[in-house]
Amino acid sequence: MTLFDALDLALAAIVLGVAAWTIAAREMFSAVVGYVAYGLLLAIVWVRLYAPDVALTEASIGSGVTGVLLVAASTRLRRLPAPDAPPGAALKIAAALLSVLVTGVLATAVLYLPNPAASLAPEADRHLAATGLGNAVTAVLIAYRSFDTMLEKVVLVLAVVGVWSVAPERFWGGQPAPLGPAAPDAALVFLARILAPIGVVIGVQMFWVGADDPGGAFQGGAILAAMWIIVMMARLTEPPPIGSGWLRLALISGPAVFLLVGVAGPYMAGSFFGYPVGFAKPLILFVEAFMVLSIGVTLPLLVAGPPSREAGQ
Amino acid sequence: MSASTIAGFVGSGLVGLGLYALIVNPEPLKKLLAFNLIGSGVFLVFGLVARRGAVGAFLFDPVPQAMVITGIVVAFAASALAVALMLRLADESGCIALDPEGGTRLDDGAEDT
Repeated sequence: MTLFDALDLALAAIVLGVAAWTIAAREMFSAVVGYVAYGLLLAIVWVRLYAPDVALTEASIGSGVTGVLLVAASTRLRRLPAPDAPPGAALKIAAALLSVLVTGVLATAVLYLPNPAASLAPEADRHLAATGLGNAVTAVLIAYRSFDTMLEKVVLVLAVVGVWSVAPERFWGGQPAPLGPAAPDAALVFLARILAPIGVVIGVQMFWVGADDPGGAFQGGAILAAMWIIVMMARLTEPPPIGSGWLRLALISGPAVFLLVGVAGPYMAGSFFGYPVGFAKPLILFVEAFMVLSIGVTLPLLVAGPPSREAGQ
Repeated sequence: MSASTIAGFVGSGLVGLGLYALIVNPEPLKKLLAFNLIGSGVFLVFGLVARRGAVGAFLFDPVPQAMVITGIVVAFAASALAVALMLRLADESGCIALDPEGGTRLDDGAEDT
């Protein structure tokens, strides 16, 4: 067994151990902290799978932004009593048996995956030069499967509409609750002031290099989102009223620009969502820039939740 | 055993852990956590499929990886919607059970509707 084998096994044991601890923790807050650590460890597993783009997404969105969402929710639910209906031993045993069975079936499937494996990598490689991109994952997202990615952005907008629609009717158009306490910790305020400008530059950089290297619109947008969230947690700015016109414009700008470029495809390149030869990369970066903006606005709004007060209160 | 096969087994294990917690844990927020564990387990197994699709200079098949990236983002959006519904349910019912009738109540249930 080489050193890397041992490290891989140790990483696997730690990931599964932290996951088990997360579901076993009594306090919801401890469980959420465990979940954030779990997400970061999982990002290392993704690196071992040669998937740096996925690792960046998992670390920023799967672990970071989801962590903030769950911490905020657990803080708000803490004052309420837990439901007093622990499941009986029979249900626990049945659930354990079912889980072991599902894991066993999946693990067997992992061992008996078809050989040689099916792959679209040669196809992706063959047309990569035509897109002008160096990162095949970005090419899949914005060029080969562009229609899917556009619809996925629409799903994000629908999720925001869904979250907003949970608000009581009298608060419609108002502001979500503040993300931080009335008197935030001085260290947090200092961190937000120092980190946010640097983070914005890193986010834009990650989007820009994503054309050729690991990174891209989702990862860059998520970092911009995280910076806005930190600034709101430090109460340097408040969640915007959801009735704001510019906010809604920024929200839909990603899918809207993507759709416009796609609809212009038949006139520019002869096919729906096609890019003209030789001008593909500038168009792809143009679409991605609006997606970064849109993701950077969408994720903090999803974390902030539905409006809970009238605008300006 | 290669690093990718180990990752596939970790994914299988995570699905099992998440499924158990989803069934056994009565708290909605912990159910959501468990559901996210299942999701990341499924993503990992799919990541193994991407890694096995390595051909020539390509160390991975980019198509499953791109789908996992969109999957992570959509999973977050769904979690945010679930949290919003959960908090509203807690505001309305005064308890954090999925079934307010079966859970502990803050008030005595006099304004029960």
